[in-house]
Amino acid sequence: MQNSTQQSSTGALEQFEYDNNIVKAFLIASVAYGVIGMLVGLTLAIQLFLPEANFENPHTTFGRLRPLHTNAVVFAFVGNAMFAGIYHSSPRLLKTAIYSKTLSWIHFWGWQLIILATAITLPLGLSSSKEYAEMEWPIDIAIAVIWVIFAINFFGTILKRRERHMYVALWFYIGTIVTVALLHIVNSLAIPVSWTKSYSIYAGVQDALVQWWYGHNAVAFFLTTPYLGLMYYYLPKAANRPVFSYKLSIIHFWSLIFIYIWAGPHHLLYTSLPDWAQSLGTVFSVMLIAPSWGGMLNGLLTLRGAWDKVREDHILKFFVVAVTAYGMATFEGPMLSLKNVSAIAHYTDWIVAHVHIGALGWNGFMIFGILYYLVPRMWKTEIYSKSLANFHFWIGTLGIIFYALPLYWASLTQSLMWKEFTADGFLAYPNFLETVTKIVPQYMMRAVGGSMYLIGVFIMIYNLIRTAATGTFVKTEHSEAPALEKNVTIVGGGWHTVLERKPMIFTGLALVAVAIGGLVEFVPTALIKSNVPTIASVKPYTPLELTGRDIYIREGCVGCHSQMIRPFRDETERYGEYSKAGEFVYDRPFLWGSKRTGPDLHRSGGKYPDSWHFNHMLDPTSMSPGSIMPSYPWLIDDDINYSDLPQKIKVMKRLGVPYEDGFEDKAIADAQAQAEQIAQSLAKDKIKTSKDKEIIALIAYLQRLGTDIKQK
Amino acid sequence: MFKHYFEQMEGVSIYPIFSLLIFFTFFVGLGVYVFFLDKKKEKHLENLPLED
Repeated sequence: MQNSTQQSSTGALEQFEYDNNIVKAFLIASVAYGVIGMLVGLTLAIQLFLPEANFENPHTTFGRLRPLHTNAVVFAFVGNAMFAGIYHSSPRLLKTAIYSKTLSWIHFWGWQLIILATAITLPLGLSSSKEYAEMEWPIDIAIAVIWVIFAINFFGTILKRRERHMYVALWFYIGTIVTVALLHIVNSLAIPVSWTKSYSIYAGVQDALVQWWYGHNAVAFFLTTPYLGLMYYYLPKAANRPVFSYKLSIIHFWSLIFIYIWAGPHHLLYTSLPDWAQSLGTVFSVMLIAPSWGGMLNGLLTLRGAWDKVREDHILKFFVVAVTAYGMATFEGPMLSLKNVSAIAHYTDWIVAHVHIGALGWNGFMIFGILYYLVPRMWKTEIYSKSLANFHFWIGTLGIIFYALPLYWASLTQSLMWKEFTADGFLAYPNFLETVTKIVPQYMMRAVGGSMYLIGVFIMIYNLIRTAATGTFVKTEHSEAPALEKNVTIVGGGWHTVLERKPMIFTGLALVAVAIGGLVEFVPTALIKSNVPTIASVKPYTPLELTGRDIYIREGCVGCHSQMIRPFRDETERYGEYSKAGEFVYDRPFLWGSKRTGPDLHRSGGKYPDSWHFNHMLDPTSMSPGSIMPSYPWLIDDDINYSDLPQKIKVMKRLGVPYEDGFEDKAIADAQAQAEQIAQSLAKDKIKTSKDKEIIALIAYLQRLGTDIKQK
Repeated sequence: MFKHYFEQMEGVSIYPIFSLLIFFTFFVGLGVYVFFLDKKKEKHLENLPLED
């Protein structure tokens, strides 16, 4: 029997190798996709003040490119770097080789194929429109399969470890793997219509709740927990001193994963989501400050007594700004979750600035720090130029500031303009466009900030390539450690120390911790009918409206237009009656949106004649001079594709939409009859077009929006 | 489909309160636990990344 102070085992010394090839592959992929993702982001930033920058091409229009940008940055840039860090740090912490090189490479190539498929399908408009999960169902299945392969490889590595204790970084990796699987599967559940189209199994309010439970926790468990794990490994390595407090890291881990999972509804404050769910989201979001700042302080205080090193060491500089950005974003998040702050900030550029503090500051700078740490070590050399690395640090930091500040300014300006009334009680800025043209200069400044950040990335790439050129890549590193003795009883150490030796029980408990929050929020919303009061006058979409809705989804209109009027006087004055939960029972997926670059559309039905919409889609500036909305000439040229329509109706019926029996066979005729009416109405206004054009279906949908309970 | 079963459950609303209590207790316990954590053990654990 060993006593508690004898931690390492005393078995025979064993030889093993660390595989650097897989780390290198993931790092290169991360940087390459990072550049692409950021270039797409810059293009989008430019389109906001120069709509022609979409090259008048459907595939490069804002609505379709925006999900490409977010997914490229989240899953390709941040994702690949996360895998590189995990494949580098885990074997070293566990004193063993990765479980299977074959699985590592299946994971690598599978993930790259998923990214490639995403990069092709999203510009084609094949989108489920669920934010940060826009990929259609075959890609969703591929993600699940590759994630499971990653999990097998990771847990396999843990099981053949030679270090009995799992260091805190590994707990965060475990939390990530388990929770991302859970989130991805629950959020992606859908019934396929064809290989490229599906309808969510959730509708309206439930879909919104599931989407933001996923969406917020994608931030939590894809962008935060794995990077906290990386912070707990690379920051002590770079500073060459242990983490500030191991005790704090235990509290940090469990409280963070338990509390984070509840916070999703703060994306839905003042919407039609039941009040109790909104309040839960707010309360848990405010509570999140504690574990988030605990983690931030644990990172920063690791440098206690070594702050002089930060002046010299470019790697620590990146880490310090990254952790500070994490601290700022995790203070800002809870503040934005207060209902009175959300009332001002929601739907504005504040949220865009907030996520970029996280993405550019926290994730980006962590990745850059890790790259500057790993490349010289893996190539057995020194950094090519410290001054270039320092220049990257400064232009990157300034880039973040130049990116975020103009957007905060724009957000406050626009939000206050939306809410301002004249002394006589009328909206001071009744024309939404006025509030947009006012902030175009800030949009320009933001593009400058983004460009600075991207220039820094190019300088880093040059520096790292030159660094690699001066060294020789070490494919595998040899190491040795004593084997773990089996059937050893270890006395003492307390229950968490025991837990750190039991990876499977640890994983099970982590799953329980994250499942609780999700269940408490979701189960009642799904089960208790009073949460979504039904409205008798709300009817299913007609086949033509459904077709138009799918065009709206394809073009990514939801990226700029909300369909959720909050119960504020300025919103009901501007848009009409506020939105009710019962109005969305046939909305699969929900299209409430999260940003108003253009006005809300929930009550747009019947507001303008059909001809207005026709002219507006052809050239928005003809109806709204100065508009920054791109034009959609292809909707006027392209014919409606009715081939999937009967199947769509069938799927909707299966999901409980009360279409009459056999309606799928009449759907196309029904759609064509409605299209004929719209074509005739356009003809009255001297617009000649065929009833078979896509614009007709889109007009049918837009004219239907919000009319079920609209008062004349 | 699961809806049906949950609707049949009596007092289903007690479950969230119950789970909240469990987790409140858990975190108070965790706080007390780490406060009394063995110093030597902690030293070893926090130095794990620096060992390789």
